[in-house]
Amino acid sequence: MSEISEKQNELIVSLWRGGKSGAYRTYRVPRRENQTVLDVVTFVQRHLDPTLAYRFACRVGMCGSCAMSVNGRPRWTCRTHVSKVAKSGQLQIGPLENLPIIKDLATDMRPFFEKWQQAQGVFKPSRTRQDAIAKIRPDTRARTAADAAIECINCGVCYAACDTVRWNADYLGPAALNRAWTLTNDERDAGNAERLSAVAGSGGCHACHSHQSCQEHCPQSLNPTASIAALKRAAASAYLRGRIKS
Amino acid sequence: MNVRLYVWQRATAALMLPLVAVHVGLIFYAMDHGLTAADILGRTRGSLLWASFYGVFVIAVSIHASIGMRNIAAEWAPISDRNAGRLAALFGLLLLVLGARAVAAVVLP
Repeated sequence: MSEISEKQNELIVSLWRGGKSGAYRTYRVPRRENQTVLDVVTFVQRHLDPTLAYRFACRVGMCGSCAMSVNGRPRWTCRTHVSKVAKSGQLQIGPLENLPIIKDLATDMRPFFEKWQQAQGVFKPSRTRQDAIAKIRPDTRARTAADAAIECINCGVCYAACDTVRWNADYLGPAALNRAWTLTNDERDAGNAERLSAVAGSGGCHACHSHQSCQEHCPQSLNPTASIAALKRAAASAYLRGRIKS
Repeated sequence: MNVRLYVWQRATAALMLPLVAVHVGLIFYAMDHGLTAADILGRTRGSLLWASFYGVFVIAVSIHASIGMRNIAAEWAPISDRNAGRLAALFGLLLLVLGARAVAAVVLP
């Protein structure tokens, strides 16, 4: 990263290579108009080093597959323009923090999704297919709260940005807790008691320090910190009323 | 931190809020009126009110601070959750003993 590209039309790109004990390797990539960070990684893989491992799918910010650490910040690479993050012509791209590295830029997302399950981030239906479809008014308080948090694409950026995840291996993380909060506000859902119990344990919502890194980095501009704060209140209230145990 | 510890820490924080305000107000009062140590002891010794006030304060501080120390130890020190809890309990006990000693010194006749 100390090397500076002499040409305006070239990027100096450091990519993480290997597993946990790997290292950054530097490549020179042509600079293009409207180039995204994912374009840069793809160029390296297709033209310079076909052994580079990375993950992507939709390329339009919907699937949440391509998140990486870009110049020290977790970002969705398909929607991150090089012009925004590499003003000096240099890029350092690594795998997401707080997750095991499979190889190069690809992390093992299993811990992230396992915690999603632990937080009971799964819809538990309260009706059968024989029942009438529930009518949900969009202007209720619960539905407004659910809508505000529901556009998560599971990219793992908040999980990589979270200090509490870094310090506490049991912490469920912002995305899983944000998901739990949306379901808590879904009036069709029947799993709230179990869900509040699941998020009230030692690695649950009360472990959050409200550093707000999740909110700062979320590419969807969601606010998981607010969702977690609301979950804290809901779980504390349920505990005081004897509905859940610690 | 689980919900039980969270509730205890928040409840003791809420309790300490007015206690801290009164305590700080008391310091200003003592300074403004030029009270000596003997003046202060004359008012606190044998007083059930001040014994209760600072007794509750010490208990709230011991609970509140030990829960915070438990979190710091669990997150930053290479020890298990259980050992962090034990360490925090010892710390809370230490605060309780030191605090009780200080309260006794000013309220016992």
